[in-house]
Amino acid sequence: MSHSANGSIHYLNHAKGLKSWLFTLDHKRIGVMYLVAVSLAFLAGGILAILVRLELLAPGETIMTADQYNQSFTLHAVLMVFAFIIPAVPAVMGNFALPIQLGAKDVAFPRLNLASFYIYLIGGVIVLSALINNRIDGGWTFYAPYSTSIGNGVLYVTAGVFVMGFSSILTGLNFIVTVHKMRAPGLTWNRLPLFIWSIYATSIVQVLATPVIGITMLLLFMEKFLHIGIFDPALGGDPVLFQHFFWFYSHPAVYIMILPAFGVVSDLMGTFSRHQVSGYKFVALSSVAIAFLGFLVWGHHMFVSGQSAVSSIVFSLITYLIGIPTGVKVINWVQTMYRGSVQLKSPMLYAIMFLFTFSIGGFTGVMLGVLAIDVHLHDTYFVVAHFHYVMMGGNVIAALGGLHYWWPKMFGKMYNEFLAKIAALLVFIGFNLTFFPQFIMGAQGMPRRYYDYLPEYTFYHELSTYGSWVLGAGLFLIAGYLIASFFTGKKAGLNPWGALTLEWTHTTTPPDHHNFHDTPIVTRGAYDFHLAKHLFEKGGEVTELDLGGDGASTHHAPVSNEPVA
Amino acid sequence: MAHSPTNQPAHVKHYFVSSEQQFDAAKMGMWLFLITEILLFSGMFVAYTVYRSWHPETWTALSTALDWKLGGLNTLVLLASSFTVAMGINQIQRGNQKGLLINLVLTFVFAGVFLVVKYFEYTAKFEHGLFPGAAFNPHGVSHGFDYASYNVPYGPQFFSIYFVMTGIHGFHVLVGMGLFAWITVKALKGRFSAEYYTPVENCGLYWHLVDIIWIFLFPLLYLI
Amino acid sequence: MGDNGSVWLPDPGTALAGEVDSLFWFVFWTSTIMFAMVIAAKLYFMVKYKRKNEQEVPEPVEESKWLEAAWIVVPTILVLVVFTWGFDVFVKLNSAPPDSYQISVRAQQWSWEFSYAEGATSYTELYVPVGRPVKLNMTSADVLHSFFVPSFRVKHDVIPNRYTSVWFMAEEAGEYDIHCTEYCGTQHSGMNAKVVAVSEEDFAAWIAEQSQDLPPAVLGEQVFAQCRACHSIDGTPGIGPTLKGIYGQTHAFTDGTSALVDDDYLLESIVNPAVRIREGFAPVMPAGFSALSQKQLDGLVAYIKTLE
Repeated sequence: MSHSANGSIHYLNHAKGLKSWLFTLDHKRIGVMYLVAVSLAFLAGGILAILVRLELLAPGETIMTADQYNQSFTLHAVLMVFAFIIPAVPAVMGNFALPIQLGAKDVAFPRLNLASFYIYLIGGVIVLSALINNRIDGGWTFYAPYSTSIGNGVLYVTAGVFVMGFSSILTGLNFIVTVHKMRAPGLTWNRLPLFIWSIYATSIVQVLATPVIGITMLLLFMEKFLHIGIFDPALGGDPVLFQHFFWFYSHPAVYIMILPAFGVVSDLMGTFSRHQVSGYKFVALSSVAIAFLGFLVWGHHMFVSGQSAVSSIVFSLITYLIGIPTGVKVINWVQTMYRGSVQLKSPMLYAIMFLFTFSIGGFTGVMLGVLAIDVHLHDTYFVVAHFHYVMMGGNVIAALGGLHYWWPKMFGKMYNEFLAKIAALLVFIGFNLTFFPQFIMGAQGMPRRYYDYLPEYTFYHELSTYGSWVLGAGLFLIAGYLIASFFTGKKAGLNPWGALTLEWTHTTTPPDHHNFHDTPIVTRGAYDFHLAKHLFEKGGEVTELDLGGDGASTHHAPVSNEPVA
Repeated sequence: MAHSPTNQPAHVKHYFVSSEQQFDAAKMGMWLFLITEILLFSGMFVAYTVYRSWHPETWTALSTALDWKLGGLNTLVLLASSFTVAMGINQIQRGNQKGLLINLVLTFVFAGVFLVVKYFEYTAKFEHGLFPGAAFNPHGVSHGFDYASYNVPYGPQFFSIYFVMTGIHGFHVLVGMGLFAWITVKALKGRFSAEYYTPVENCGLYWHLVDIIWIFLFPLLYLI
Repeated sequence: MGDNGSVWLPDPGTALAGEVDSLFWFVFWTSTIMFAMVIAAKLYFMVKYKRKNEQEVPEPVEESKWLEAAWIVVPTILVLVVFTWGFDVFVKLNSAPPDSYQISVRAQQWSWEFSYAEGATSYTELYVPVGRPVKLNMTSADVLHSFFVPSFRVKHDVIPNRYTSVWFMAEEAGEYDIHCTEYCGTQHSGMNAKVVAVSEEDFAAWIAEQSQDLPPAVLGEQVFAQCRACHSIDGTPGIGPTLKGIYGQTHAFTDGTSALVDDDYLLESIVNPAVRIREGFAPVMPAGFSALSQKQLDGLVAYIKTLE
């Protein structure tokens, strides 16, 4: 147990100084840098959200003008979608945990990994530079010809999104190769943690879909700059074609945002139920299937846009094909607790919260997929509520769970569990109070992206705004105790949750610079707790590495029925 | 199995177990990158297909505005460059560093020829007002041909798509030239051998893709 | 819940809206029941299988094949039912009866213009006869808009250079809100209007009245409905300057010049708003108003002169 001793050297302290961070090729440090960057994006997007909600507290002008409002919600959306949700789980937790879970010393292309980070930063700066004396409104969808008819701000935003797309492509490419080529001996596809499966599926979508938004943004850029007349009807172009291009990327992008959440929730459900994740193979393979099917449903965003009725019908049908495996996954996660040993630590609270919020997002998604109902609900607050239940209730809640789960391993400190539970409760109440009333007012007919509204919607807008305060308080509390943990937090043990993936069983806390002393040999699946009873014999949290066959551990790994590959 | 990579050749990075693993990873990464390139271009091919199916008469009429002889010449030039790249890889696999160098330089020259021809094609278009989109204003007479007859509905769209597709392709050729310049310098320093030639292999893959895309662009734009 | 005009849905104004609602409620209640089952199971397992001691390591559960099949088959059947039902109603929403009364709709930033075959034109109120199917042929003068009447459950994007349509048949006389639901710029949320459904006799009378020659200032007041989103007539500032009492004032412009507000200046500001921008305002007024007829422009100028 030499390398778990106090005052040990690990990835955070093996080299010091700003340069050792800015030029690091260590996937863990890059993950931490992403954590800082996406947190800032989340903070900026979140403040904008609070302001938008405040403006909507009462009809008419409340705190800002129509122009300021329109720009606020647009920037909120662009920051949250492109600078926060898309990189949040893959780039932060994927970077930190994926190579260790694979038993690799780094990703396949560490330099490319660092480049992705800087490309992401550059893209973010380009987007923000649009703020300087430029107008960016119209929402994150940039529908032509509105987007080409306004000021030059849209040039910066499309250019920024184009650049951030490269970051996303390169990260995805890196992870696919890493998963294929750098698994530790014995780590067969059937033993992979579901987090890896989901990041792998996400990466496939990133690699296949992002180039299309790249070319779309490029064409929009040229439409604005050179007036090429592809999308602008005034020049003979077709604005509906833009929507096809846009959603061909942006629907798969929804899976870029939600698939990583599936992975985090699977790991949390397995670990905190100390139990096999029910339907492991189904959960794993359906992620990949969804990644591909996700390319065939973009037209369900366009039922009332002027695409042919026949296309709408086909897209509606395929949408259900995707809905069903997703629904079965939810049942699998619930079933994981059945005859398990459930421990309600704060990460698990988020996984359980996810089941609630994401299910609502899923069921309302089915409702929006119904052709005749969508005609009424399209572009209303019902849609706003639906995608916040999926994006925030799905991705962000899972990301918070993942952050609480990996925090001790990342920084070697425990946070205040009591405050964490309070914060989880605030987030749950605040989130539902903010977004559930939006379903109702949307169904009543309140259109989205409205600065002003009819007085009959005031009650729901009030509830929603109050909810945003509770939600904001919960999120600030989380930021508070996580930062406080650096100073006052208890030292985290090797494996405080009793998880079985390699970052918990085979490396120190925080991990060594090179992750492992020796390449681990994997002898069981990621959730085969019944094959690892020796780890839990002493009770309490697991404090010893499980170094398996090389004799470094006091316990030898049990013989698995499967041979080492 | 649980061994640290020791006694590995100098080109193997510490986080790889073996030279083969590193080579496989690099090659797979390159293939994935090529897929993203295909998807980038596929967006433009979709735009081409959509507009062609809406306005077939414009497309048939305006493809005659493009010089199939120059396009054909460029096709041959690119095919030749693909051949020299393949030859270069073949040479270094046998450990022939000089053979690699000669082929790399030839490839670089061919790529340059392609861009020069493209330059003349573009300037000839611009002289007669064949611009993309709103600036489209065909005029003038050259070789007894009246360019004003190209002023047909959706002509601007044809030239938008022509310039965007060949422009982005041309940009890829330019990037390719940069890559070959970089590899040539490395080859001059003797960095490659029969054991290690991954960058050459990957640049070659990239170059074949640039070539293949042109093979689709040429008939779609110039011939039909 | 479940009755007409519930917490969730506004009072249906057409028979077809009622059909959409039935489908909505079917999906709503099926989803609610399934959701409740999932959440109940979740809460039960959370309590029942709470960790008893730290050494406890449960054995894997044998997965039941027929149970798994049921989770796939039952929802599949349900969504196919919902799909077919939704398809059926969608086709009805898209098939206007051939004898529909047709009205042309032109959308522009940030107003609607409704033109009737008889020659009448209206702006903030879309008059329709009760009990007769009405088909709207819509196009946009500038960017994308979307025509939405919540009470009728109809919506369709309005696209430049292309015609799209919606149809409905109002069942009862009354007023129903119209919203633009595709983001179209600063005053997107002000791009509202009302459907005014009246009896056949009242409709005929309204058409007859509208088709007469109106005095310029009265015509101008009607046309001015398009301007209200940005210009007030009571002195409150908006996106654009208020028009209360401006005739005869002297205005300063952003280029440093100033001019007397007279007929020529008013006309120029309407058809070519970018030439001179009033001090303190942004150059955001759409150029599309140059498409108004000479009669309408004369009317507008005459009307603005009356605002004191």
